[in-house]
Amino acid sequence: MSAATSKVRRAGAVLTVFLKEVRENLRDRRTLTGAFLTGPLLGPLLFVLLINVQVNRELDKADQPLHVPVIGAQYAPHLVDALKQGGIVPEPAVADPGAAVRQQDADAVLRIAADYGAAWRKGEPVQVELFYDSSRRDTGSAVERLGKLVENYARQQGAMRLVARGLAPGTAWPVQVARRDQATPQSRAVLMFAMLPYFFVITLFLGGMYLAIDLTAGERERQSLEPLFANPVARWKILVGKLAAICVFSLASLAITLLAFAVVGRFIPAAKLGMELDLGWHFAGTVLLLMLPLVLLLASLQTLVAAFAKSYREAQTYLSLLMMVPLIPSLVLSFLPVKAQAWMYAVPLLGQNLGIMQQLRGDGVSGEQFALCLAGTLVAALFAVGVTAQLYRSEKLAISG
Amino acid sequence: MIEVRDLHKAFGSVKAVDGVGFTARDGEITGLLGPNGAGKTTTLRMLYTLMAPDRGQVLVDGIDAAADPLAVRRTLGVLPDARGLYKRLTARENIEYFARLHGLDEATLRSRHEALVDALEMRDILDRRTEGFSQGQRVKTAIARALIHDPRNVILDEPTNGLDVMATRGLRRFMQQLRDEGRCVLFSSHIMQEVAALCDRIVVIAHGRVVADETPDALRAQTGETNLEDAFVKIIGSEEGLAA
Repeated sequence: MSAATSKVRRAGAVLTVFLKEVRENLRDRRTLTGAFLTGPLLGPLLFVLLINVQVNRELDKADQPLHVPVIGAQYAPHLVDALKQGGIVPEPAVADPGAAVRQQDADAVLRIAADYGAAWRKGEPVQVELFYDSSRRDTGSAVERLGKLVENYARQQGAMRLVARGLAPGTAWPVQVARRDQATPQSRAVLMFAMLPYFFVITLFLGGMYLAIDLTAGERERQSLEPLFANPVARWKILVGKLAAICVFSLASLAITLLAFAVVGRFIPAAKLGMELDLGWHFAGTVLLLMLPLVLLLASLQTLVAAFAKSYREAQTYLSLLMMVPLIPSLVLSFLPVKAQAWMYAVPLLGQNLGIMQQLRGDGVSGEQFALCLAGTLVAALFAVGVTAQLYRSEKLAISG
Repeated sequence: MIEVRDLHKAFGSVKAVDGVGFTARDGEITGLLGPNGAGKTTTLRMLYTLMAPDRGQVLVDGIDAAADPLAVRRTLGVLPDARGLYKRLTARENIEYFARLHGLDEATLRSRHEALVDALEMRDILDRRTEGFSQGQRVKTAIARALIHDPRNVILDEPTNGLDVMATRGLRRFMQQLRDEGRCVLFSSHIMQEVAALCDRIVVIAHGRVVADETPDALRAQTGETNLEDAFVKIIGSEEGLAA
């Protein structure tokens, strides 16, 4: 046999395994819906729904009139008028303001003391009580809004008193804080989208998972691995063909997700929150490139785990546990925000996470960071492929029962 | 031709195969007979290089299995104990998959495919998915898949297991046809009747060792029994694990 035909034959065996696995799994409805429908589409839809709910709630609170029971409104008509101008609708007094807040009858309750008028006329400080429950997080913005309105009114009145006594209003406030927020519209978005990289990794994972189980644990359970290995094809070629099929399925899954995000990204009312969100083609391309070596790494890890398992069911259990691993960098980064060091980009999963967030923030990923991320994950992927190939050579792998 | 010399294989402390040696010649059907657990399947697995022997040598058409396992597998057609068809593929697709793994070109594939489909009488099931196949249909498909590359040597592990009478008779005819084509046919069985009816040579295995390697007539003469069944029982030393 000449060298040329032998080369064709080698590529042929890998291609044959690849094509057969793809064809066989395209006929499996469960794999198809998992890899191309529920896996990649559920994420974006869920995401959009959650964000829309959150955004609309924030917006509603800011614009809508706030109903607040006011106790003793008649003692401070001037203050109540100021509140009305700020969008507060005073409600009739309640008997027990504490209970009203705890029982969620009201977001907040304002109590004005009976001696308000007398103290005011004497120019003495008066107290206005604001009842709220800080453990009810959804009322936070309402409470803050009400508090600010009262404080602003106080400051305004104070300034007028100073002016009436011939003093400059600034006397009472020698130091003023001027806030300079350096957040860009993109970086504000990042807070909300911190879990986005995890979504992408999970999609990759789910896209290839059924195949990875089916092609090793499944084949062994159905006893087809032994006849397959009786063919004159080196086992590593069979492994490469199978890995290629897994990679194609998970890549397709990721592509569908990115496409879906690009489409639904338009329906996220990010601008209303002063955010800028670019989930378009450039973003999709960057994510795809960053994820490429990760596809191979996950495929071989899944195959490795599935090859260890004695049955399909066992493989499924192990893989659901393995699925928790990609969650770690996302969680760590959202709870312990660290300044990214160069070496972190070379760590698989962490590098992708940092890169995607950076792209989302609008900073772009530098060439060096790209190189570190791709090289680091590729080295890990090749190592995983090597270990899996070693496992594939074991005698026990083919034998079921 | 398949030559086996002094094979040993142990799993932990269990000696599954403990010094098996025999020769299966071209143009003959050689039967590997032994009770369940005698080491037949392990021996065959070492022949088709799924397992490496701890000691001993396997030569197929003069090629050392340890030195060039791929070349050995190329000259072998194997029906393993595990039939393992792909149930989401049709019978035809199952067969073509293995043909391509052997690197057959399309023309060879077609002609070989046609010949096997006729010989195994399986034209009616070709384009059905193998999910839901009967045991007989499964074995036919697995055999066609194993022999698609026209191998000189054929290894069948318990080929008639689970088949009904008609399917068994058909399979026996097919094995005789393979022998008449000049191939070396080696099959294992724990059914004496079947071995007696088919084999030119019988290798009896018990407890991982070869206890007899003769023609059926020589076996009768050696044991002094006219009945093969009694001859086997005498050789093996017990009736356990054998079926009539």
